[in-house]
Amino acid sequence: MATTYRTCPASGLQFEAHAEKLMKWNAVAAVLWLLVGGITAIGVIMTRWPAFKLLPPDQFYTILTAHGVDMLLCWIIFFEMAVLYFASSVLLRCRLATPKWGWVQFWLMVVGSVMTNVAIFQGESSVMFTSYVPMMAAPHFYLGLILFAVGALIGCFVFLGTLVVAKKDKTYTGSIPMVTFGALTACIIAIFTILTGAGILLPTLAWSLGLIKEIDAQLYRMVWWGLGHSSQQINVSAHVAIWYLIPAVVIGAKPLSEKVSRGAFLMYILFLQLASAHHLLSDPGMSAEWKVLNTSYFMYFAVMASMIHGFTVPGAIEAAQRRKGFTNGLFEWLRKAPWGNPAFAGMFISLVSFGFLGGISGVVLGTEQINMLMHNTFYVPGHFHTTVVTGTTLAFMAVTYLLVPTLFKREMIHPKLCQIQPYLFGIAMSITGLVMMGAGTLGVSRRHWDMAFSGAPFQYEWPGAAMLMMGMTGFFGMVTIVGGALWIYLVVGSLLWGKKLEGGAVSDKPTPIPAATPAASASHHGSDHVGVPGTVVLVMALLVSFVLYYFVNWKYLSEVWLLS
Amino acid sequence: MADNDNDDVPFMQKLLDNHFLLVVIGVVSPTVLYTLWGIVDIMNTPLAK
Repeated sequence: MATTYRTCPASGLQFEAHAEKLMKWNAVAAVLWLLVGGITAIGVIMTRWPAFKLLPPDQFYTILTAHGVDMLLCWIIFFEMAVLYFASSVLLRCRLATPKWGWVQFWLMVVGSVMTNVAIFQGESSVMFTSYVPMMAAPHFYLGLILFAVGALIGCFVFLGTLVVAKKDKTYTGSIPMVTFGALTACIIAIFTILTGAGILLPTLAWSLGLIKEIDAQLYRMVWWGLGHSSQQINVSAHVAIWYLIPAVVIGAKPLSEKVSRGAFLMYILFLQLASAHHLLSDPGMSAEWKVLNTSYFMYFAVMASMIHGFTVPGAIEAAQRRKGFTNGLFEWLRKAPWGNPAFAGMFISLVSFGFLGGISGVVLGTEQINMLMHNTFYVPGHFHTTVVTGTTLAFMAVTYLLVPTLFKREMIHPKLCQIQPYLFGIAMSITGLVMMGAGTLGVSRRHWDMAFSGAPFQYEWPGAAMLMMGMTGFFGMVTIVGGALWIYLVVGSLLWGKKLEGGAVSDKPTPIPAATPAASASHHGSDHVGVPGTVVLVMALLVSFVLYYFVNWKYLSEVWLLS
Repeated sequence: MADNDNDDVPFMQKLLDNHFLLVVIGVVSPTVLYTLWGIVDIMNTPLAK
């Protein structure tokens, strides 16, 4: 299929015509689903906020289902499709393989996501994101999810095909760039995730159509979490890839060691999906060996991989800053980092919040004994809002500040508001996640619309701290929504009214990477062997926080069992 | 010469550069350790009497 290549004059990035269109359409669809997910978040927050209890139970569970599906699947996976096309066609400077299949990917995902949302808002499929059997949704709820997943699987194969095209056309030498390797990791986890999802959603669809009599509840939970949790591991791999991309583009950072960073991605490929088992740690149908080996052994290899990324990404930033002369003391490099650049600021807040809040709480949830303290409490959404929202969503928001001028050829409107947005969204969401986890530790249930259990025959007297933290969840949750709405306004406003930028030269063949451009930095190879003492101190702070928090939870556990 | 160059590439780098092998490893490994083992566990759960 004939095509053209546009080279962005500012960044040097090269956009193949088909890939460019697909990235734009997937990114726009992602933003629209974020908008729907954000509106439903208002209903969720204002209902869980004890002072308001906005929605009655039936409407609450409908809205909660939509919020979960639209945020955890629709917004993120549409955006990830754009990331896959960017990391392959743009960073490898080659044509996109089978662009027609790329459009099949897009439209299947559109039809699937709309169909599932129709089923949810019709009110007969308020089964929440987990959709545990024997709760039954309408058939088009499951069919929509299946079409969406098939679309995403096709996107993965288009990505893999593009890697083949690049290798065949020799558009790169040696190994693929680090960012592309991170996207490959996300793609591999996505393939496992989607195949697992098909394995359980197809029989569940048949069950909802009355073709089969029943689905075993334990089997459903086990296989479903291979989809439900692994889909969030796609996000982790994708946002870590973006963590490498943004400092490379903004300050020319290189990984401290390519070998080590790629090895960490390999550990994701091998072990990250196994963390799905931590959702089943209190399930009677699974053996202790299955639970312990998958969580307390294999999952820790994936945790170690995250800790390696958590060291090498800020280490790469420190090395780049020190090369620029910011060598005074331990932290001059950090003080003089480009905090006014929303892409960089968003990426760094994403890194810190994911590491300190999402990462540490994930390890706690993945440890069988202390998991019992907060299993199925409000702690769980607290944890995943600090991984999926401050981790993934904020990283995606951050990279959009780079993509709007280069991909959409528009200047961002309101630069001052752009600078504020990542701080507003990231800090508010981090506080929200923290107080959600605090409330969960005190026993507030994960999903029940009314924490007071009004009208129940036996009442439980909640400690004041639990009520306070649920109130804070409501307040800071609403601030987060303001931060998210601001991002949507800035992005959509820039696409509609932003100053048009020059598109750059168009050719009918791929062009070499222009030297000393962001494109060269993003596609670079090599490591930066510079001492990074400041990063070592930051990482030690993370480890000390981790050890203390881990110990505190074991102490809590001993008190629960009256052993202390 | 080209063959010699290829021989110089360390094993780990060859593994990491073999994208389709990584796809196979990344799908088979969790399928065996999580899904299949999980199914065996559930099938061995005794029925309530």
